[in-house]
Order: sequence, then structure tokens, then C-alpha cells
Amino acid sequence: MILLKTVNLRKQFGDTKACDGLDFIVHKGEFLSLVGSNGAGKTTLVNLISAHLQPDSGQILFEDRDITSATVADRIKAGIARSFQIVNLFDGLSVFDNVALSIFSREGKTVKMAALAEHDHEVRAETLEVLGEFGLSDKAEVLAGGLAQGERKLLDVAVAYALRPRLLFLDEPTSGVSTRDKAQIMDTVSSVVRGGQVTAVVIEHDMDVVFRYSDRIVMMHEGAFLADGTPDEIRANKDVASILLGAPLAS
Amino acid sequence: MAILTIQILNSLLYASVLFLIAAGLSLIFGVMRIVNLAHGSLYAVGAYVTAWLIGRGIAFGVPLGWLFLLIPIGALSVALIGVVIEPLLLRPFYRRAEEYQLLVTFGLLQILEDLIRFIWGGTPLSADTMMDALPILHVGGLFYPAYNLVVIGVGLVAAVVLWAVIYHTRFGVMLRATSQDRRMASALGLNVGLVYVLAFGIGCFMAGLGGAIVVPTQAAVLGMGVDALVVAFVVVVIGGLGSLKGALIGALVVAFVRTAGIQFFPELELAVLYLIAALVLLVRPTGLFGTA
Amino acid sequence: MKADLKAPRTRSVLKLAAAAAPILLVLILVPGLVPIYQVQLLTYGLIAAIAALGFNLLLGYTGLLSFGHSAYFGLGAYAVAFVVQYLGPHSMEVYLLIGIPVVAIVSALLGYICVRHTQIFFGILTLALSQVLYSLALKFYWETGGSDGLRVPRPDLLFGLLSFSGPRGFLQFLTLYYYYVLTAFVLCVVIMWVIVHSPFGKTLQAIRDNEVRARFLGIRIRRFRWIAFLISGTFTGIAGILWVPLNGLTTPDILYWTFSGEIVFSALLGGFRNFTGPIVGGIVFTYLKTYAVATTEYWQLLLGVVLVILVLVLPTGIVGALAKLAQSLKRRPA
Repeated sequence: MILLKTVNLRKQFGDTKACDGLDFIVHKGEFLSLVGSNGAGKTTLVNLISAHLQPDSGQILFEDRDITSATVADRIKAGIARSFQIVNLFDGLSVFDNVALSIFSREGKTVKMAALAEHDHEVRAETLEVLGEFGLSDKAEVLAGGLAQGERKLLDVAVAYALRPRLLFLDEPTSGVSTRDKAQIMDTVSSVVRGGQVTAVVIEHDMDVVFRYSDRIVMMHEGAFLADGTPDEIRANKDVASILLGAPLAS
Repeated sequence: MAILTIQILNSLLYASVLFLIAAGLSLIFGVMRIVNLAHGSLYAVGAYVTAWLIGRGIAFGVPLGWLFLLIPIGALSVALIGVVIEPLLLRPFYRRAEEYQLLVTFGLLQILEDLIRFIWGGTPLSADTMMDALPILHVGGLFYPAYNLVVIGVGLVAAVVLWAVIYHTRFGVMLRATSQDRRMASALGLNVGLVYVLAFGIGCFMAGLGGAIVVPTQAAVLGMGVDALVVAFVVVVIGGLGSLKGALIGALVVAFVRTAGIQFFPELELAVLYLIAALVLLVRPTGLFGTA
Repeated sequence: MKADLKAPRTRSVLKLAAAAAPILLVLILVPGLVPIYQVQLLTYGLIAAIAALGFNLLLGYTGLLSFGHSAYFGLGAYAVAFVVQYLGPHSMEVYLLIGIPVVAIVSALLGYICVRHTQIFFGILTLALSQVLYSLALKFYWETGGSDGLRVPRPDLLFGLLSFSGPRGFLQFLTLYYYYVLTAFVLCVVIMWVIVHSPFGKTLQAIRDNEVRARFLGIRIRRFRWIAFLISGTFTGIAGILWVPLNGLTTPDILYWTFSGEIVFSALLGGFRNFTGPIVGGIVFTYLKTYAVATTEYWQLLLGVVLVILVLVLPTGIVGALAKLAQSLKRRPA
């Protein structure tokens, strides 16, 4: 079942075609990795779908509904959420509050000012649940600004996940993290996302990670799609090998 | 007809002074991304210093023609203050949250305003004898001091000189490079600290020049700094913060609207200006040519 | 080391009440313990605390620095003066019933204009709007009394239950008005505390910390800032309403930018990153100002210098510094 489809999506910055007429398809339930060299257009594509940017032309369809002109808030309501390449958290709030905020927002409770946030038991329960899934329970009272880099990355994903989206975009969830922590982060993210039946599109540079966790790999190059298939199919693709220069092809 | 000409000339005079203040504010913002809330107070200091110097000059019997030299000196004194302030009070805050910059410059505003009162007291300081250095012109049966034309001229010259410096000199290139990307400029070997101090100094010079040149036409009074800041703000809102062209156009718009406003709604002069600013902000939040 | 940064827990309401109780007790006993002049000074202090508390909802919690809060304080005061002038009643409750909606509406209007903009423009826009109000108060002297201002006589309290006349009336008024203001103060503190710890309050802080991310949680930034502005202006307006019967007179001075500076200074002095900072700052500032005004004519200069020093050296204010001290003492081995 097709969850998201873009039709001839274009975005240009000056002379650079970041997205050159892209027909991008995401199937429900899959764990898709979006790869390519820097400047290939991956982040632009995600920015266009999450309404961070407006396309020059083209359409974006989510569950067969045209969301091309929908605002950020509308797209979130429709079920699209994202995390950020450079960690984007509320540093002055606790880990708990960071996640709780997503839930308050999702439930439309953010305008409530006559009751203490702590006293909302439903939100509290769900927040603790999400923190547990992401392994951040013991850091609940720590200010987000005081976490280690790996934990910040996890929290960034958790905050987006807590919106309970149907489609979750993760922009380089393991960048800037030590190799040892990468596996831990991706294990957590992958199991939570699959367990929650969320469709995920992950921008990633680390090909080990990509091949290990993805159902499908889409490769971009200079604003266009170069390859699209399962990890095995991609491994066998000669064009990909030449572009990726030194990517581990051995399984 | 003659009255209209005088109205136009008065508007141009006001625009000239406004341009000097706003251009300084915009330059500082464009290069350093700071809004100096004390900028209006520096304009006031320029006015007071110049008026005071002119007063001393007259007391010493210096011929009026020579007194014109005091105007750039007054402006330079403000530039000097700026060059001292930037490394001491502003530099510690570039890396910190914006609030702190605003707070520090607000504190500076309070200090300068009271310092002016401390040094020169509450009575207005005038320098109108300067106007006698130049003849009175006849505009269709009405009188108009030639000095006012000098003010308009200074504004024009300043605009041209600034434009030339920013777009046609090596220093201008450094200014623009630093304003685009500070870290990049530093990585390329530019002495960012020096550029900042100089940019700030030039911005302050402009404010001081505005005060120096205007004080013969209207006496220096307490509170002129804050009033100037507020009107300069309207100018940069309309013209856009960080743009030289914007400061010029904004100054012209504000000056002409104010002259018209005083004719028809004298009580609401300030309110009319805000209405215009609010309208511009609604349509184009960064102003006509802004880079903010 | 970073992991030591623990977020302040919202202690259970009971524990908090227990901590505040002794302070409240002292405040209640004050009129019996000190001369009436000190009671009056403390009343002004509590009023300043309410004003700073309102102001800080915008600065500390929403990240918006307003240089024009004198507008709302002054509006509150002038609203009361107009009620006296044109409507007649001398009841404190009437002042509040009419004054609060007036301030709320104007805060909403001005806030709508201001919150469309970024930090810098926001700051100068608030300053500019308060200057417009100042110049209106000055120019329309038939209605506002111009620079002479408008007098406000001693009102009746509690819907006319308590009225004050005659020579001892003034002293009675001072004592009872202190309790009136104290009650208002406690109410304001409690309400603000709840607001700040509510989902709304958390959302404001999120917007303060990271506007982009807040937007990507589906939060409507402008709307929240506007509501915060409305509440903030109203609180400061309430302070103005409470102030003018005590002062007996309202003049354009309280609309002037220097008064906004005092409010900013109070919040900074106490510390704008925590809840009690502005309260402490407002009260301490009232005492400082009284001393400074008595000492030098150029106390604005003094204020400016101290402001700069505060920002350079003690940006977390008194309460922040005390908190840091307490933390470092806790860590030291016994």
C-alpha cells in the first residue's frame, strides 16, 4: 500500500537542481534508507515533504490526499513527523518534558493553563512508556541540554516518535555519534519504529547501518534517483558501486 | 508654491538627518547583527558635544566659518566613544543569547541619557548662531536659511561616500564578507575584531554626525536620543534593517509622511508614523530591502 | 559533569505551600512589627513584584524581551484615574473590574502587533508603542491632565465595607491596603505559578528554547506568544491598578521608557530564569530605588551602570546566584 507519493517534485536553488522532477514512493510499513553523497538532494526532499521548504513545482500526496500546500501543523496532524540532522531539542526543559510536549501537542492540550502539566496522568503514562522504549527512563529529570550526544540523538527521535506519526523521517540519526553508539541507537530506533508499525524514511551515510537495517534503499545523485531496491539488489547494482567508491559490498 | 517648496526642503532636511542615524544603525546591524539601543543616545551626544563646542568657540571669538570644523569633530567624538564601547561592552556578548546584547545596550542608553543630563543639565543647548554663518535665501517671498541646504547636502554626500566605500573599496569588501559569514571571513584571514570595531565606529560616527549637523537648526534637548531611536526604528522597519538603500528610502518616506502628518494631524504625528510602519510590517516583515 | 544538570522538579503542591508558608506568615505579621512607612514601602515592593512577575512570563518563559511594559502599568493606572474622573465611584473593586478588562484588551491589541516579529524588532516595537502612549498622555492634557497627571483619592475597599476618612483614616488605609495588596499578590503568584507549570507554560518554554522544533511539533508559535503577551500585560496592568490608589496620583512618567527599564531591571536583578527571581527583584529594587533616589539625582545613571554590571557578572540574578551557591554547598563533602 502506498503511503506517500511525490509527483514530479522540483526544487532548485540558483543553478543547483536539488530535486529534479522526483517521483518518490514510500510503502506502508517499510523501513527505507535514503542515501547519496552530500548535496544529492536527500535533505531537500525531506524538507519538502515535512513543509520545511516549499517546492517550485510538483505534488505531494499522502494517503492519496494532496498535501502540497498544507502547513507544517497540518502535515503533523495528517501523520508526518521528522527528526533533525543537527539535534533540535528544548534544551531548557527536562527529557521528560521534551517528550511530554509532543504528546500534549498531539492531543491538542497545549493551551491548557489551568492545570499542572504533571497532573495529566494519561500524558505522564505515555511519556514514561516512550522514554522506556528509547532507554531514556533514568534520564527523565535531566535537562535536555545536559545529555550526551548519543542520548540527544535518541531523544530527538523520541520527540518525533511521540507524535505517533504514520510516516517518520529521520535525518541522519547516527551522525556525530561514536561507532559503538550507532548500533545501539539504530537497534533502538529500528525496533521501536517497527514495533509501533511506523513507516520510516532514514537519511543515512553510514552504509553498514543502511544495509543492516533497511527493507529498501533509495539512492539519490544530483537531484535524481539513481537506484531503488532491496539491500541485495543495491549490492548487485554496478552504478551504485561506482558512485559509492569504497562502500562495503561484501555481505 | 513657495510654501510647498519649503515643506519639501524641510522634509529633505529631516530625511537627511534620519538617513545618517538609520544608516549607522543598519550598518552596525548588517555587519555585526547587533541593534544598539543606545544608538539614538549617541546621536544626542553628537548634538550636545557639537553645540557645546560651538558655544565655546563663539565665546572665544572664533569666526563663524571656522566653527564648521567643529561639526566633524563632534561626530568623531561619538565615533571614539563607539570604538571604546565595542570591545569593552559588546564583544563579551556576541556568543551569548540575544537578550543580553539588548540588555547591555539598554543599560548603555540609560547611562548616556543621564550622563548628558549630568554634564549639560536640563536646559536645551542651542547652536543657532551657526546658521548666521550662511545667508538667508529667498524662496518666492519667504525666507529660508541656506544652512538647511548644507544639511541636505551632507546627507547626500554621506550616502554617496558610504555607498562608494561599501561597494568599491577593499575595506567595503571586508565589511560585506564579514557580514555574510563571520566565521568564513575569519578563516580567510580577515581580522574580524578589527572589522567589527571599525564598522561600529563608522556607525557611531554617522549617528554623531546626524546630531552634529542638526543641532544648529534645533537645540539639543533631553530625551532627543530616545525619540530619535524610536523614529529611526520606523525608518529601518520601512526600509529594511541592514540595507543602505533601505535607510535612504525609509528616511525619505518617514520624513515626507511626518511633514504631511504635522500639517493635518499634529497631535497624532507619532501615531501616524507607527501606522505606516505597522502596515509595512504586515505586508513585508523584513521591510522593503531588508536582510534581517 | 553535564549529567548533574537536574531539571527542577515540580515538587508536590503541598511541599511548596509548606516552603512558602513561613514567608507568608512574616508578610502577614509585618504591619505589627515595623513602622507604617516601612509597611507602605513594602506595599510598593509587592506591587513591583507583581509587575515584574507579569513581565517575566514574556522574558523568562517565552524568550521575548519587552522594553515597553510601562505601557500596561500606566494603562492600569490611568484607567483607574479615568474611572474616578468620569464615572465617579471610589471603590477599589470597581477599579479592578473595569481596569483589568481595559488592560487585557489593549495588551491583546498591542501584543497582536508585536508578536509577529523577531527578538530585535519586538523589543524596539514594544518600546515605540509605549512611547506613543506616553506622548498621547502628554498631549491630550484636557483628558489626561498632561504632565500634571490625574489625582486618585483613597478608594473604599471590599465593596464599600471599609472606607477611610479623617485624620486617622490615612494610617488605617495604609495598613488595610497593605493586606489588600498582599492578598492580590498571593493570588497573582499562585495563578502565575500554575500557568507556568501547565502544558501551556511548558509550550511557551519550548518555543523559547527552539522555535523551529516547536513548529515541527505542530505548535502555533504566534498564537502562544500572543496569549503570553496578553497575560503578561494584564498582570503588569493589575500592578498599575493597585499602585495608583496608594500613590494618589498618576502622571505620564509611568508610561515613559525609563519606567520600562525599571521593570526590566527588577527581573534581571532577581534573575529571570526562575520563578521567584522577579518577585525578589521587584521587592529588592523598590528598596534600592528608594535609597538611590535619596542619595543622588542621577540615579538613572547608577541604574544603567548596575544593569551593565549585572549582565556582565551576574546574569542569573540574585536568586540564580543563591541557587548556584546552594548547589555548590550541597556538593561539598561534609
